[in-house]
Amino acid sequence: MKVMISAFIAALVIASLAPPVLNQFGWSSAEQTSSESVRLD
Amino acid sequence: MKRKLLGAVVLALATLVFNPVWAQEAPAVDRTSTGGAQTLEDILARQKQLEIDESFRSENLGNPANAAPISGRLGTLGGRSDSDIYRAIRYNKIDPSTQARGPAADVLIQDGGIPWYKLREGPVITYGGSAILAIIALLAVFYFVRGRIKIKGGPAGTTVERFKAIERFGHWLLAGSFVALAITGLITLMGRSFLIPVMGPEAFATLAAGSKWLHNNIAWAFMLGLVMTFFMWVAHNIPNKLDWQWLKVGGGIFTNAHPSARKFNAGQKIVFWTVMLLGFSVSLSGLSLLFPFEIPMFAKTFGVVNTVLGTDLPTVLTPHEEMQYANIWHSIVAFVLMVAIIAHIYIGSIGMEGAFDAMGNGKVDLEWARQHHDLWVAEVEAKQGKGGSS
Repeated sequence: MKVMISAFIAALVIASLAPPVLNQFGWSSAEQTSSESVRLD
Repeated sequence: MKRKLLGAVVLALATLVFNPVWAQEAPAVDRTSTGGAQTLEDILARQKQLEIDESFRSENLGNPANAAPISGRLGTLGGRSDSDIYRAIRYNKIDPSTQARGPAADVLIQDGGIPWYKLREGPVITYGGSAILAIIALLAVFYFVRGRIKIKGGPAGTTVERFKAIERFGHWLLAGSFVALAITGLITLMGRSFLIPVMGPEAFATLAAGSKWLHNNIAWAFMLGLVMTFFMWVAHNIPNKLDWQWLKVGGGIFTNAHPSARKFNAGQKIVFWTVMLLGFSVSLSGLSLLFPFEIPMFAKTFGVVNTVLGTDLPTVLTPHEEMQYANIWHSIVAFVLMVAIIAHIYIGSIGMEGAFDAMGNGKVDLEWARQHHDLWVAEVEAKQGKGGSS
């Protein structure tokens, strides 16, 4: 059962890390649809 | 001959799926009240996907020759109104330019939205939801008729290692993320129809935003679990003659017989390949949706299908059409996977005594193993006899 719980936690950790990692690789949906000069972030 | 027949069947099915209402001609519309412009009847007929003679607007694109002279009071607009120009864009009669930038910025009008929306809200929800309810009902009936499959003669009391920790980790990574994806996917697909009436739009908006975040991001865990389990188990899941013997007696599920099997029996191999093939497909369409307009794949896929089956599926698709196909395909494949996995969860838990232990703590009762995987037990015992491990 420990392995099962560890895998569930790992899935959540992967989900949490996905957005910053994608950002690090240079992909964000905002960048796909607007240039930097008109974004609010 | 068979290939042609198969092609015809696929084409007919595709036509049925993407044309929920057979193309019927719309009744003639009197447009005198709008001066020839479209009426409410035209809009409603289009939403019902009836066949409309579009020439009343596809040919009505204005006429620059009719422009009032620049010296006139209304002369600066020229001979085309905004409506004329947008009609010309819709019917590809002019070559416009735009200052908007983005992967799909050069598509200003795309007509596929309503058929996609109706397909998604109609047949996809109806048939997909019905399939899930049907498999749950079927399993409930099966449980009450057949009962729990027990270990004949009771457990031996000694165990044998069935799955190593890394195998169980890969399985649960895949399983946990799949359940999360299934629930959040159903919320996203069906929430508008079933949850908003119950919980209201404000509460649903929060739930939907959370579901979308989880669905988009936990998908990576699913893909990692899929890759892990594929490489760990593919060698044990190659079909062989033994599987045919197993299938001929239905795995002994109705007869209490226990056909011989190695590490995975034919039923488990079917689940494995279903998960791998559909999991790969749902991941590809999911990536296409996750990175909008970046990974179009349906035009090329249709091209291959046309070459193989001789069908006439469209091979030129706009970016939005690609997304619409990806969305519908993603939903259909996900529903098939859900149905298969519900059955897998049943047989791996309440349906069979001793089955859950295999993934629970990795060790199964020796008698259970002998009854369901006799050849695998023999292999393990032979290895142990030589000082090896399972």
